[in-house]
Amino acid sequence: MKKNDLKGWLYLLPAILFLGIFMVYPLIDVCIYSIEENFNFASQSFTGYGLHNFRYVLSDPYFVQALKNTFIIVVITVPLSTGFALLLSLALSSIRPLKNAFQTIYFLPYVTNTLAVGLVFMILFKKTDYTDGLVNLLINRFGGASVDFIDGPYWAKIFVMCFYTIWVVLPFKVLILTSALASVNQEYYKAAKVDGAGAGRIFVKITLPMISPTVFYLIITGFIGAFKAYSDEVALFGTDLNAAGMNTIVGYVYDMLYGNSGGYPSYAAAAALILFAIVFTITYINLRISKKTVSYN
Amino acid sequence: MKVVLDGLTKRFPNRNKKEAGEVVAVDHFTFEIPDGKLIGLLGPSGCGKSTTLNLISGLEEATEGRVFFGDHDVTKLPPEERGVGLVFQNYALYPHMTVEENIIFPLTNLKGSARLSREEMHKRAVQTASLVQLDGLLERKPKELSGGQQQRVAIARALIKTPEVLLLDEPLSNLDARLRLQTREEIRRIQRETGITTIFVTHDQDEAMSISDMIIVMKAGVIQQIGKPQEVYDNPVNLFVAQFLGTPAINVFNAKVKDGGLWIGNDRVLDAEGVPDMEVYAAIRPEGFVVDPEGPMHCGMDRLEVMGRDTSIVSVNDAMTGKSIRSIVPAESVPDADAAEVRFSLKPNKVFMFDAKTEERVGAVR
Repeated sequence: MKKNDLKGWLYLLPAILFLGIFMVYPLIDVCIYSIEENFNFASQSFTGYGLHNFRYVLSDPYFVQALKNTFIIVVITVPLSTGFALLLSLALSSIRPLKNAFQTIYFLPYVTNTLAVGLVFMILFKKTDYTDGLVNLLINRFGGASVDFIDGPYWAKIFVMCFYTIWVVLPFKVLILTSALASVNQEYYKAAKVDGAGAGRIFVKITLPMISPTVFYLIITGFIGAFKAYSDEVALFGTDLNAAGMNTIVGYVYDMLYGNSGGYPSYAAAAALILFAIVFTITYINLRISKKTVSYN
Repeated sequence: MKVVLDGLTKRFPNRNKKEAGEVVAVDHFTFEIPDGKLIGLLGPSGCGKSTTLNLISGLEEATEGRVFFGDHDVTKLPPEERGVGLVFQNYALYPHMTVEENIIFPLTNLKGSARLSREEMHKRAVQTASLVQLDGLLERKPKELSGGQQQRVAIARALIKTPEVLLLDEPLSNLDARLRLQTREEIRRIQRETGITTIFVTHDQDEAMSISDMIIVMKAGVIQQIGKPQEVYDNPVNLFVAQFLGTPAINVFNAKVKDGGLWIGNDRVLDAEGVPDMEVYAAIRPEGFVVDPEGPMHCGMDRLEVMGRDTSIVSVNDAMTGKSIRSIVPAESVPDADAAEVRFSLKPNKVFMFDAKTEERVGAVR
């Protein structure tokens, strides 16, 4: 080994140690946990290696429910929130008066604590002995019957869940997209105008390709974020998500570790690895698609 | 298509809200551009050249006045309905489209019966590309082209919809010196071949003088002078125009008219006809000096700069307003560089007098 190489490694050492202890070792540990069969937490013993944990998790109705919930959240909230964010930022960048005021308002949810926001949603949606909640009052006014959004039918809970998720992730996306829009050189718009392109064509042919790297970034991080959803569900439906039928994959992992039915790190590890595989696959597909559609300049 | 501007005015609200009033970018422009001519709109930075261009293209709305293309009043029309081609200073090529997609973009925006088939568009793209000598580059992306090539793509994009009027905003300012010379010839050629009325904006007087049929000199939103380049050069109406045109710049002296003569310092350099006694600026083109041991104008010798065909004499005089006097004389009449003094006689048609107060042209010398 050359002297220079030695120096290089020396400089890298702190980072390597840090990453090794807090990233690489736990990752390997998770992989090992996931294949240790019949692991007993109290005695730290197991009976052998195999794929039993994965089989168990995949056949656990709670996990299947969590998987289904997670996918619904992902499929609904990622496109909708990105679309809404695009609309809002387009609107924001085309107005002049009160622009800053609106920007602040749209950004508020981002700086507000999840649980506090959850409380607000409870007030909006929860049915109690005293009131049916603000949304139900509105539904009643228009002649509809009250719906229990928090403890009621599955579709109602999913609706609140998606509504809440979109509302929470929107501000960040609006912020990023507004700055992306602002960075597009105005001359392109002038040129397109002189070239006779209407507003719709300018958006599709000029604006969208120009901000496509940003949109793509938001879609990827949106997918990853939605797959990791958990705290929002707790904020809305409480800690016993399995009972509410609103658990997510990360929620399932947590429950397997520390929940009432917890103490099974092997199952948790298996579930976490399944989640990793899903996120990895989706991100890979995203990257492949983006190569064809996103233009980096 | 001739272009007529009638009292065209653009006022912007003052950016600094504390200051009242408005900024007048373009002040009552009235002129007519004959069909098929190449016009140079010339002036220093910030004098309202680009705003004028934007008013003609329709990107800016006029505060006052009207714009006609032929007999057609286009003042209220949006840019896309005016039939103008506009080339931007930074070209504004869409980076995510190929050269061909860029060039045919105006065609793809057409609707209904005006819309061409794919093949027809491709044919037009190839034709236009060959007009601006971009053959074989249609599949490239703009960033894979040189500055001059990008410039030509921008011109092709402006030309493909066969505009009534072609507008060029500082078309050469992003090119290096050599390419600039080449491209301005190119612009002239394309303009001649297509016969499209063309207006181009520049702050470079060389550029404007060399290829324009007519130049319009402006300052602070006001037209100073309109005319053929040589006419404007030979007959500037005021000190600004005289100083703006010509390299090296014209030499300006504090002078006075007394007893029918033009006096620079203690030298009576020329006869001044029909001008009452007054303070003036005397402006002398560098080529207006003739080295003459008996000449009336005394200057202190500074140095010689030999430039091949001609020699530039740098001298000084107490009455000069600049840092030095620059005169260009044929190489054979060069004085002794070590002499303390150099004397000149002056060519009357290269000397202009301007009122010291108004800076407007006065009288004539002989």
